[in-house]
Amino acid sequence: MKGTNEMEIRFDSRSENEGFARVAVASFMTQLNPTVEEVADVKTAVSEAVTNAVIHGYEGRRTGKICIRCKIRENVFTVEVSDSGKGIRNVDEAMQPMFTTKPEQERSGMGFAFMEAFMDRVEVESEPGRGTCVKMERTVGKGREIWTTQSL
Amino acid sequence: MKYQVQENCLTIYLPGEVDDHNADGIRREADAVIDRNHIKYVIFDFEKTDFMDSSGIGVIMGRYKTVSLIGGEVWAVHANERIRKILTLSGVTKIMQIYEEETV
Repeated sequence: MKGTNEMEIRFDSRSENEGFARVAVASFMTQLNPTVEEVADVKTAVSEAVTNAVIHGYEGRRTGKICIRCKIRENVFTVEVSDSGKGIRNVDEAMQPMFTTKPEQERSGMGFAFMEAFMDRVEVESEPGRGTCVKMERTVGKGREIWTTQSL
Repeated sequence: MKYQVQENCLTIYLPGEVDDHNADGIRREADAVIDRNHIKYVIFDFEKTDFMDSSGIGVIMGRYKTVSLIGGEVWAVHANERIRKILTLSGVTKIMQIYEEETV
């Protein structure tokens, strides 16, 4: 499928919605005919971003709203996860692998590292007291056209 | 949480998805069992697991911290390709052995 398509979902900041969020995004993504691995990569990245919003953005405040916007432009899949939580004071520091503000909760500090490993591009905009928006991009089906169109 | 205790070894049968939502429960139950049974070895069984994010890595690291104090170890078994990728990428394989099944 070629062209553009968009979707948006909004849900409460509850940990049980993390599973819903990644399945919803994965299901929207299927129209790009991704590989199992591409879907798994995006699901992991979405899970990390939503988990961050739940435990850091809203710090367990379950009435906060998390918004996910997905866009398909040709074979580029973009997903934005935003919250109106407390924001990140130092984004560069937060994105360092193993950095965590909650070591007592046994957070691995790998959230942003996973997002960066599984997506082609990760951009974070955040303002303390206003919220955070994580924008991620992944090109689906890189180099696949070449062999799918080959004739026997 | 499904688990099994054999002497000082705890096997945790992880659920289909390990994320922030269920990590806390696994953590709490595992710690109670480790404490009660003087567990030294913790085996994470990934047989049923096809999704795990960094919350799962936190669970593994935390249990390693506990048992390594008494010279224990953490192991992973039945990890599929996806789970292995997550484990390797996180660097947790430095502290955890992945049990390689014999391919017949």
